[in-house]
Amino acid sequence: MLRLLRAILGRSYPRIIGANRDKSWLFYDTVLPLLGTIAFVYVYKALGAPERFVGYVIMGGATVAFWMNVMWSMAAQFYWDKQGGNLELYMVVPCGIPAILLGMSFGGFVGTVIRAIAIVAIGSLLFDVHYTVSQWPVFLLVFGVAIVGLYGLGVTFASLFLLWGREAWHMANLFMEPVFFLSGFYFPVRALGFWAGMGASLIPLTLALDAMRQLLFPGTHPPFLPLGTELGILAALAISFIVLARFLLRKMEYLARREGRLSLRF
Amino acid sequence: MTVPAIETKELVREYRMKRSPQNPSGAPVVALDGVTLDVPQGEMFGLLGPNGAGKTTLIKVLVTLLLPTAGAARVLGLDVVGQVQQIRERISMVSGGEHSGYGILTVREQLWMFSQFYGLPSKPALARIDELLKVVGLYEERNRRTSALSTGMRQKMNLVRGLLSDPEVLFLDEPTVGLDVTAARDIRAYIKEWIRMKPGRTILLTTHYMHEAEELCDRVAIIHKGRIIAGDAPAALKLRATGGTYFLLTTETLDGISLAGLPGVQRADTRALDGRMELRLHLAEDGAIAGVVKVLADSNRRIFSLQKIEPTLEEVFVQLVGQRLEEADERKAGT
Repeated sequence: MLRLLRAILGRSYPRIIGANRDKSWLFYDTVLPLLGTIAFVYVYKALGAPERFVGYVIMGGATVAFWMNVMWSMAAQFYWDKQGGNLELYMVVPCGIPAILLGMSFGGFVGTVIRAIAIVAIGSLLFDVHYTVSQWPVFLLVFGVAIVGLYGLGVTFASLFLLWGREAWHMANLFMEPVFFLSGFYFPVRALGFWAGMGASLIPLTLALDAMRQLLFPGTHPPFLPLGTELGILAALAISFIVLARFLLRKMEYLARREGRLSLRF
Repeated sequence: MTVPAIETKELVREYRMKRSPQNPSGAPVVALDGVTLDVPQGEMFGLLGPNGAGKTTLIKVLVTLLLPTAGAARVLGLDVVGQVQQIRERISMVSGGEHSGYGILTVREQLWMFSQFYGLPSKPALARIDELLKVVGLYEERNRRTSALSTGMRQKMNLVRGLLSDPEVLFLDEPTVGLDVTAARDIRAYIKEWIRMKPGRTILLTTHYMHEAEELCDRVAIIHKGRIIAGDAPAALKLRATGGTYFLLTTETLDGISLAGLPGVQRADTRALDGRMELRLHLAEDGAIAGVVKVLADSNRRIFSLQKIEPTLEEVFVQLVGQRLEEADERKAGT
């Protein structure tokens, strides 16, 4: 267990300390994403939407950071690691690939939550948005379970990469915009209708956003599903993705050793 | 009885290939074709061969990156297929031209990160990192970002990474490729020192530099097209070269002087060369050259040059493979 924790900490280090070493993230990872968010704010203001929609958009903009982190820093990371020669070293170290992936997840989460908080803070200040969190423990529980599910999905994608190689990278590209749309980052997912919403709920962020909006705007946000139901589904998704990720990881590692796809040098 | 550090029996590794103009039948590429090796603990074993011979594939099977297609391989008595975790805890691998790690980290941070993958406590790990950096001459660069390192510095850092866990078996895959003379020499010197420091440490080194294999290795195996075609100590391999050691002597024309009958002279081949005579002398023992020199001196024949030529591994390679190592590389590259 101690070795596992050390490996997780070791792998998360470049993402937590190293990635923040270059201060340009303050601009590229907060100001630029905010521009897209601000556009939606002005659309809602122009339409005369209730004030809470501005809050929706700012929360959605912050959540986009997590989705991008999962796609580009989890799913596609092994592609870059393979190019750089790290992947074969990760396969040979005794801590194993799961510890490396957990470290990537933890480091990615810490780096992203800093950015997300910055986006929420700046956006809320700019547009004078006020939140009323009715149940902080539940809010944090929803957020925590969603993050576990989301990064479990990220590990699943990273496992698929071991077999698909560059095709998985194209798939990451493919998932970006449809997920932005379907997950209700910028509008209540209820607007998509029940079945489309349920389909979109496979992405943990969909129900997480809806549940957090219920807690941030109690009584005014039209929920997709009751809070308890959404939390239950999120927990089931988190467990499912973790189990699936573990299974796929083992299978993909075996196939990668059999097919010889881990390394560029032969 | 100690188990061998590395043991392979009829090891085969094939790669499945798609059909292509170069491979219309889609036949698999056989990278290893029945390799049988036995490396005892404490030995520095060299694997010499051109690009595409199977050296890297063999290492990848032994470090558990690839599964064998057929045959068996064991590291420290552990099966590379079924006992993967146990092997990984006791080995390490360093490749030439490695660009592992992350450029935003400093040398020390990068090495610390890898130490954590082996479960080393931070404080002793950092002490060990500093100690190894001093030994390889990188201590002054410990706080420099790895993206700013030269190729030689980076490879020294990679070597330190490989040694952090104090492995029982160290796999070095062309560790000096692309390095300048000084950096390569420093790395070779430390490799020699490292294996001597603790009994039982084993190194499997792949290289296509003949002099590196001769300098470092207790035994060398020559691999070509996935097969081991010879394996022995470098000195013993060189004895296989047809002709063996000889003396090359340049003198004035002999005008009837015969050297073939002199004591200790097994064979004397002569050829005219720009008005001089070049003699190729195969002697029963080196001391016999004194007799040859005396005869020439007594006959007032000036000696322009005298060299002792020992066979090289390259000559052994050429005789076994039928072409020079560089020619084999060029043929593989399609040039």
